[in-house]
Amino acid sequence: MIRPIKVLFFLAVAIAILVVMEFPFTPVGTGNLEELRADHSKPHIASVDHAKLAALQGTFERPQDVTRTCISCHTERHHEVMASNHWNWDREAYIPGRGITEVGKKNLINNFCIGIGGSETSCTKCHAGYGWTDTGFDFEVEENIDCLICHDQSDTYVKASGGAGYPMATVDLGVAARSVGVPEKDNCGACHFYSGGGNNVKHGDLEEALLTSGQDVDVHMGYDGTDMNCTACHVTDKHQISGKLYSVSSMNRDRVTCDQCHTSEPHAKNILNEHTLKVACQTCHIPVYAKVNATKTSWDWSKAGRLKDGEPFHEEDEDGNHTYLSIKGEFTWEKNLEPEYTWFNGTADHYFLGDVIDPMEVVKMNTLYGDYADPDAKIIPVKIHRAKQIFDCENNMIIQPKLFAEKKGEGGYWQDFDWDIAAKLGMEHVGAPYSGNFCFVETEMYWPVNHMVSKADEAVSCEECHTPDNGRLANLTDFYMPGRDSHASVEFMGRTILILSIIGVLVHMSVRLFAWARDRRES
Amino acid sequence: MRVVKIYKSFERFWHWMQAVLIGFLMLTGFEIHSSYSFMGFENAVHYHNIAAYLFIGLIVFAIFWHYATGEWRQYLPTRQNLRAQIAFYLTGIFKHAPHPHHKTELSKLNPLQRLVYLGLKVLVIPVMVTSGLLYMFYRYPQAGGMGTLNIGGLEVVAVVHTIGAFALAAFLIAHLYLITTGTTVLSNLKAMITGYEELEDEEELQQHPNQAALAHAIATNGEQAVTGAEVGVLAVDAKE
Repeated sequence: MIRPIKVLFFLAVAIAILVVMEFPFTPVGTGNLEELRADHSKPHIASVDHAKLAALQGTFERPQDVTRTCISCHTERHHEVMASNHWNWDREAYIPGRGITEVGKKNLINNFCIGIGGSETSCTKCHAGYGWTDTGFDFEVEENIDCLICHDQSDTYVKASGGAGYPMATVDLGVAARSVGVPEKDNCGACHFYSGGGNNVKHGDLEEALLTSGQDVDVHMGYDGTDMNCTACHVTDKHQISGKLYSVSSMNRDRVTCDQCHTSEPHAKNILNEHTLKVACQTCHIPVYAKVNATKTSWDWSKAGRLKDGEPFHEEDEDGNHTYLSIKGEFTWEKNLEPEYTWFNGTADHYFLGDVIDPMEVVKMNTLYGDYADPDAKIIPVKIHRAKQIFDCENNMIIQPKLFAEKKGEGGYWQDFDWDIAAKLGMEHVGAPYSGNFCFVETEMYWPVNHMVSKADEAVSCEECHTPDNGRLANLTDFYMPGRDSHASVEFMGRTILILSIIGVLVHMSVRLFAWARDRRES
Repeated sequence: MRVVKIYKSFERFWHWMQAVLIGFLMLTGFEIHSSYSFMGFENAVHYHNIAAYLFIGLIVFAIFWHYATGEWRQYLPTRQNLRAQIAFYLTGIFKHAPHPHHKTELSKLNPLQRLVYLGLKVLVIPVMVTSGLLYMFYRYPQAGGMGTLNIGGLEVVAVVHTIGAFALAAFLIAHLYLITTGTTVLSNLKAMITGYEELEDEEELQQHPNQAALAHAIATNGEQAVTGAEVGVLAVDAKE
């Protein structure tokens, strides 16, 4: 027979343990900054000094000559590059409802500069290759790989604007070639900071300030912290770089996660660890982004084309950001932005050229899937870029216009300011129909925010979400959140019962006092 | 009249701990509910959870005590004097009418108290503990500590917990007032603090119309309770 006293003892111990669990402990293994630096920002000690290699001495006529020299020693590396997204600008993806498709910069469009179709010569400034123009590109030619854009450490190698990926004529290719090493932040940033045609235009959380700022901007990359490189998290093997952005990808794989280093239970407080089931780390730990320079939050293409004295012009805000460009339209820029939030399970769909839209609705250029009931979905922070862009109002399709052209008269909108011709040429180029009627439609694009992680003590506080007054998660209404939600009927009932109780007590007490006073008078 | 130890020391400890814990749970709970802002949501949740565990611990001890002493029989509902008790609160109390129920060690609670306290013990508190534990341990569908218990979300749990909280708050308001309706305004409070209360003595009891009920109570309460009564009498002896 179990004696009650024993049961009692065990229950008391169990409750004591539960109470103690409510108090946070310092987790084991939180190193100090010096230890973290030693672990995470070790300088790469190269085993080869390329400056001493005979093959790299002298000058190089063409950038392809550099590539050929690279391949002469690194005899198989080009196969790795040619299998990568940086080269192909697309990847195979399964999308529910579409089946197996190819998605990437090659064929997808966005609501910034829309898409590369017809403007390749300009867009491929950021292709890791040479010579991709609007007349095409042979992806099998290995000498067209641009090794230097990622590996140059002389900081002199710069790609030319509108140059189909070729470097500027002023670059001394020999100097660049002799400097090569593992990629650093500025290599990645050369493209990823300036996507969309200027610093921080697209991402909002990736910009040139990351090269020079401290932990107040990014706790991982700050010079006064662990000063980590991109590749510390974006672990790379055989030129396949982990991580991707859902502006151009669709499947839940090859993602970079905080768990890689921090585990899925990094908090001392258990209640916070439980949040990680449904809330991504970034949601609390990136309270604001675009911390130094502003990012573009809206783009109205319909305002493009205004000219002064027949010439295109631009307008700027006080920080020097373009608020109007004749070639592109009107923009809004914002900094120190609170992200918006959405459910995300790691899979996404995109607007594919030829998809029919409902012009009365805001068109989503990419759709992040997930909801509360989805076991794989978490709440993530996003930058939502809102735009008005050109579409075919007869066929109800988003238009890929030809934007870039070398000179006037070739039909590029940026030269001729004629939407109709640009639309016709662009749609022809991508093999899509164009009716000849164009209008503008509102579109949205979702950019998950993953960088500019703040220090732990700057994380979003409980009250910023658990509040009934327009908290950060006010728009995610498919679940009950304590502190935010309540039931009007329960509130009404509860308050009524409390008020009635108080009234009842007061009435009873008054009558008692009255009776007591009467009795005293009478006696 | 005789002075009787009506509330034993554990009983008083239990009562006052319960008072403090429920009060604190209410304070923090309604803050979590965003009814007001006091110590901040994070602190409110933290301390609410600690108080909840302590409260559950107290409940475990209280159940053991009630079981071991047989005092649980105090809460057995009865219709005897139920109407009279209601009539007393509605009219009699204003006219110095005698309390229809005669408090003894064996029958400390009037029939209305029996009903209400029993309701708290078998309905409101269990519902609050159960929904509270689910609130703490059940968070998300298919995940977390109680994944198999898939009730689709926190909403039902939270609504039940809130309704229970309002019920407890209403009880507290009524309770705080009704303790002033004893023999004197403070006699009930004093009894719960010191344990001792002046009760009508045996002869008065013999003449009381409720004698039959008392006899019945003694008969059904059995050995444990009678022992309890003896303890009370011994305490009186010691005092004298």
